[in-house]
Amino acid sequence: MNSIRKNRITDTLFNYLGIASTMFGLIMLAIFITNILIDGIARIDWQFLTSLPSRKPERAGILTAWTGTAWILGLTAVFAIPLGVAAGIYLEEYGKKNKLGTIIEINITNLAGVPSIIYGLLGLEIFVRILHFGASLMAGAFTLALLILPIIIVATREAIRAVPSSLREASFGMGATKWQTIWHQVLPAASGGILTGIILSLSRAVGETAPLIVIGALAYVPFVAKTPLDEFTVLPMQIFNWTSRPQHGFIINAAAAIIILLVLTFIMNGIAIYLRNRWQKRVKW
Amino acid sequence: MPTIQTIDINAWYGTKQALKNISLEIEEHSITAFIGPSGCGKSTFIRIFNRMNDYIEGFKMEGQVLIDRQDINAKEVRVEELRQRVGIVFQKPNPFPKSIFENVAYGLRIQGINDKKVLSEVVEKSLMRAALWDEVKDDLNHPALSLSGGQQQRLCIARTLAVEPKIILMDEPASALDPISTSKIEDLATELKENYTIIIVTHNMQQAARISDKTAFFYMGEMIEYDKTTDLFTNPRHERTENYITGRFG
Ligand SMILES: Nc1ncnc2c1ncn2[C@@H]1O[C@H](COP(=O)(O)OP(=O)(O)OP(=O)(O)O)[C@@H](O)[C@H]1O
Ligand SMILES: [Mg+2]
Repeated sequence: MNSIRKNRITDTLFNYLGIASTMFGLIMLAIFITNILIDGIARIDWQFLTSLPSRKPERAGILTAWTGTAWILGLTAVFAIPLGVAAGIYLEEYGKKNKLGTIIEINITNLAGVPSIIYGLLGLEIFVRILHFGASLMAGAFTLALLILPIIIVATREAIRAVPSSLREASFGMGATKWQTIWHQVLPAASGGILTGIILSLSRAVGETAPLIVIGALAYVPFVAKTPLDEFTVLPMQIFNWTSRPQHGFIINAAAAIIILLVLTFIMNGIAIYLRNRWQKRVKW
Repeated sequence: MPTIQTIDINAWYGTKQALKNISLEIEEHSITAFIGPSGCGKSTFIRIFNRMNDYIEGFKMEGQVLIDRQDINAKEVRVEELRQRVGIVFQKPNPFPKSIFENVAYGLRIQGINDKKVLSEVVEKSLMRAALWDEVKDDLNHPALSLSGGQQQRLCIARTLAVEPKIILMDEPASALDPISTSKIEDLATELKENYTIIIVTHNMQQAARISDKTAFFYMGEMIEYDKTTDLFTNPRHERTENYITGRFG
């Protein structure tokens, strides 16, 4: 058998293998989503969205959970975005490209892969115990901000690196300072990439449960959080709690809440993909 | 009186020497052409006059560059101010991804000038001087990147003129352009000479001969010959120069 034929057979084989694995993933996802939809879609109504938790499944709702998720999303964004983008700008534009810089870069990339429960332990020690935030929104948001910080930093650096140097030179050549060049040229040109990273990281934060359980957030919170120092729950924790109940009604509730959570993350990822496509088109000048 | 003077310039990228002992003087309101084979150091040298090499990692230089008798590498010189006095136009047109108006206004905006009336006047005047006004006067809010390459390059010149520099550096400003755009840029340079001192890098011998008053020939980091353009082209003193301008190498 000659090598060209052998290569062609390998090619075809991998082709089918690839299609099979892709289909497997897609079919599993389809089955999962259909199941959830059948179970939960009928349960979603105004009452479900506006009710507090209850011992009776038909009276229970996700008001505390979705408001908690909204709070967490907002606070995490407020803490993580300025910090992450600023760190990315510093490391890319001002930080020295020496050994220390390389070590920092490798460490940040590694941090992005640390299991989220470890961040939970860090948050428990620092925010809950040392800073006495208790199991509050503040503690949760700070913990999740730490969790997504590496993702935002890496995305910011990559987006900045992709800005063509001719643009910087043009700005410097006009007599702009380094900061003016970053502010007026580099950041606008990199904004699509930075925004994509931010949204993807926030969509990850929305789905996190483990670190919040570790810092002591409760699944049962009978009131809507009014200040950042209030106790809270979030959608994934509410789902987790309901799925562990014996009554069938709660399983339905969990399915309905999963639909809400899925829609939320799909929307966020959709925006991120849209921005990325638009940005890729613009970057080729 | 020379407005620009360099004294014994040596420059390195890392350990590789790019410029060797270059001393020359450039008169006010003249066009000086830098010619020489690729990689001989023309860009490196022209970028020394407004310190554009400052940000290149590993770049190092020795020697003095005097502009109006002031050492531009002295501590008290603010590099941003220097670049407002010594503007630069690059080989590849590189307008900002903003509107035509904002491109020309950029230099003033970063100086803190945001008065709409002042900006409009400067934008109009600069675009006129760059011979672009008639083509874009109704589209000032269109993106600069929608212009043709030749128009983009004239926009870059207008952008540079807007901050009223005294010296304009042009690094092969027409090499990416068609013959018509090229001749427009050449006419422009000749006109601007009245008010500005221009240094231009070019690979095009005819261009150098047509527009420049003086020409410097570079070879492997050295300035081999520097003379009146007519003398250098009709009666080169060095064999290398002659070989180059007659096209025998390069
Ligand atoms: N950023 C850089 N880092 C390292 N070496 C460089 C850098 N820029 C230029 N060089 C080197 O310095 C020498 C001079 O380069 P320069 O760009 O000044 O040449 P040039 O005369 O402008 O050539 P061309 O006509 O091709 O534009 C070349 O050998 C080049 O390889
Ligand atoms: Mg060059």
